[in-house]
Amino acid sequence: MRSWIVLVVVTALTAALPLAGNNYLLRLATITCMYAVLAQSWNFIGGLAGYPSFATAAFFGLGAYVSAILQVHGLPSVAAWGCAGLIAMLFAAFIGGAILHLRGHYFAIATLVVAEMLREIVNTTPHFTGGGMGLNLPIMRMSVGAQAQFFLFAMLGLSFLCTATAILVQRSKLGFGLRCIQQNEDAANVLGINTYAYKTAAFSLSGVFVGMAGAIYANWTNYIDPPDVFDVLLAIKPLVMVMLGGLGTIFGPAIGALILIAFEEFVWRNFLTIHAAALGFIIVVLILFLPNGIVPLLRERVARRGASP
Amino acid sequence: MIYLQIAANGLVLGGLYACIAVGFSLVWGVLNVINILHGTFIVLGSYIAYFAYVHAGIHPFASIVIAGGVLYALGHAIHAGIINRVIAAPVLITLTLTFGLDLILNNAMLVAFTADYRSINLARPLGTLEIGPVFLPGDRVAAMALALLLTILLWRLLRDSRIGRAIVAVRMDREAAALMGVDVKRINAITFGIGALMAGAAGALLSIIFPISPLNSATFLGKAFVVCVLGGLGSVPGAIIGGIVLGIVESFGSYWFGPEHAVTISFAILLVLLFARPRGLVGRRGYE
Repeated sequence: MRSWIVLVVVTALTAALPLAGNNYLLRLATITCMYAVLAQSWNFIGGLAGYPSFATAAFFGLGAYVSAILQVHGLPSVAAWGCAGLIAMLFAAFIGGAILHLRGHYFAIATLVVAEMLREIVNTTPHFTGGGMGLNLPIMRMSVGAQAQFFLFAMLGLSFLCTATAILVQRSKLGFGLRCIQQNEDAANVLGINTYAYKTAAFSLSGVFVGMAGAIYANWTNYIDPPDVFDVLLAIKPLVMVMLGGLGTIFGPAIGALILIAFEEFVWRNFLTIHAAALGFIIVVLILFLPNGIVPLLRERVARRGASP
Repeated sequence: MIYLQIAANGLVLGGLYACIAVGFSLVWGVLNVINILHGTFIVLGSYIAYFAYVHAGIHPFASIVIAGGVLYALGHAIHAGIINRVIAAPVLITLTLTFGLDLILNNAMLVAFTADYRSINLARPLGTLEIGPVFLPGDRVAAMALALLLTILLWRLLRDSRIGRAIVAVRMDREAAALMGVDVKRINAITFGIGALMAGAAGALLSIIFPISPLNSATFLGKAFVVCVLGGLGSVPGAIIGGIVLGIVESFGSYWFGPEHAVTISFAILLVLLFARPRGLVGRRGYE
């Protein structure tokens, strides 16, 4: 129950942002929501089931391209976003069926390669996808301010949906089964959990919202090209965010997204040429010194302070 | 006749791919770490060869020694200082850590050398080799021969030297090796260093063939993935076979479907293979 209250309150507060903030603030909030969706989605397969998935970039790019191509052919935006989510989910189920029998390193490599392969396919079919030239989306007839609000609400709605799903899954049989798989897959199998079906479900869940986020992103930026939407960093950042916020928790991914955005804005403003190295530095520090993330660390501090006086 | 030429091109490419992948395969097999840094190590080796040639006139083939030495030192230091701290962690942690290190090193190279593509134009190229109906550029053939020679040297090192036997022992059973008096931490660092050394040497060889830029590192890493999965993890002969298969498949794929599809084809093969035969074409346990 507490999770639902927190979710509704945070969503309502974010939705009230246009009353107070300028477009820059709205842009930051929109990216934060997008990152929260990516992190939360990765959490299904990576945090709950413990499978090291790097497929986020593949789902994101796929969603962006499916939606963009449909819109170029005349489908309304919101319908195209829905189709993008559906296709990303089916794609995840299909790919998952092929590679979820792999464990550890082989699974990681397979998921890394999926995004690269999609990128190459887009690059080499220019008559259909625009190839390396990228793809322009139909322009929305809205003022700049209205657009900023529209995309904030779209991403916020998506992150609400995604987090709500996460809460439901964590408390359901599915979530319990996935945690069993993480701890000991063979034992889970012996206990009668259909591990294959559970993993495929988790992988599909990790695809559907990311595909829609990619689709909304494509409309937001009005132009997509393969290096942008299939960027391997899109596959790395979600797990950085989840690690920042704490693995397997409900609001950890969103908190991680907020921390990462704050850090990225700081780096982009001050050290533009080394922003990739700065992200790398965070990763190294995080893994070497904060293996449990920042949130549990803060919680521990608070608990200790509460106990001492 | 054209098929003979394509096969020969593929063979030359394959020898180089084997050399790209063998260090990656060694690190994966022994340390159980997917080293995302590998591609950047290769590019760094290429830059060392480039600057040695431009400023000191050292032939890239001779630079193998310099590039290999520098990369060995770098790899050993990175492992002993950073990676060894989390060596027993799950794949997610170690892979992400090498990814972070790769972001740092690659970004440093972008700042230091810019993203401009550079290439080495040899003052005295070896000319063209003519074997029956097949024509091959002499420098490429020499590079491939050296690449195979290095790969075989590594194989002998693992089989015949004391260090090599220790590395194989750690790969087979970490605990048992430690009980037999092997300093596992030291062997880990040496193995990572050797992986980097092979990357640096491969980079020096590749510098006369491919343009040099930090942006190429992902391409080399992708090749290492495919060769490793094709040949099966952690065997030197596997890497050679995997490399040659990939080289030939890419040559014929480029001929039939157009060169722009070569990467898609190799990745598709990787996925199909992972689906059907995750141990690789000649995969087996043990690194000898």
